[in-house]
Amino acid sequence: MLLLHIGKPFNLRKEILGKKMRGKGSSSSKISTLIVDDDPLTRRIHKVLLTKVGLETQAVENGKEAVDLYRSGASFDLILMDLEMPIMDGPKATKELRAMGVQSMIVGVTARDLEVEKQMFMASGLDDCYVKPLTTDTVTALVEKLNKDN
Amino acid sequence: MEVVQMQRRFVEYAASLFREGFLDGQFTQLQQLQDESNPDFVVEVVSLFFEDSEKLLNDLSRALDQQNVDFKRVDSHVHQLKGSSSSIGAQRVKNACIAFRNYCEEQNTDACLSCLQQVKQEYSLAKSKLETLFRLEQQILTAGGSIPIMME
Repeated sequence: MLLLHIGKPFNLRKEILGKKMRGKGSSSSKISTLIVDDDPLTRRIHKVLLTKVGLETQAVENGKEAVDLYRSGASFDLILMDLEMPIMDGPKATKELRAMGVQSMIVGVTARDLEVEKQMFMASGLDDCYVKPLTTDTVTALVEKLNKDN
Repeated sequence: MEVVQMQRRFVEYAASLFREGFLDGQFTQLQQLQDESNPDFVVEVVSLFFEDSEKLLNDLSRALDQQNVDFKRVDSHVHQLKGSSSSIGAQRVKNACIAFRNYCEEQNTDACLSCLQQVKQEYSLAKSKLETLFRLEQQILTAGGSIPIMME
């Protein structure tokens, strides 16, 4: 059954979700995310998806670039880590980041829904793992979790 | 033709693409991401997909044409194509890639060549149908109408 809807759905709640909840009641700032993926198509889609939910985004092309960013002092609330990437893949980058003491939420993004693959990736230090591309619902749930943990 | 008629044609055509399995829910997700700050998002992303795919299909033809086929390389290309077709919701292209990967694992050149033909065919169909969809969309916009968003 198809419903016809002319116009765009407006969701204020999603915009608010993107803002960090600061305990002391001072200014709220946006949740920052790092997209780590070698596929320009995925980077573009995830960038728009995360921005739409009100998050700040930055993107790099492989695990090494992500590690270098953290080494240079940058930090993000949420990292979307692709599994297969050249130079340094997702599991390796995740292990390095955790070894550096990085506590950011790291969510793995895999192309295949293989249990074995997901488990191996999770073992490298992920907080969660999803099949790409992410959906609005998944991202909204992640943001809610981030806000709760803050 | 009146705008309402154009809109109906667009909706019917889009519905047929979903019904026949050319597009899946991921395409709908992309449509929902399009807004004032990204007004051409769907066309932009699908164009990226066309560019990527054409390059990958050429690379695949070349790789399978070698004396000693590097199946790892072939598999890597198919993996990429599967990923991008999945990202835009090109379901039949994605499924053709899944079948292709099985034969890469078996290192079966003939089967791979046959799969490549399948993928090329599905890609060609997907491309032509998406281009038609965009043309219908453009007609509506040119006539001053707005694009119906479909929700199932």
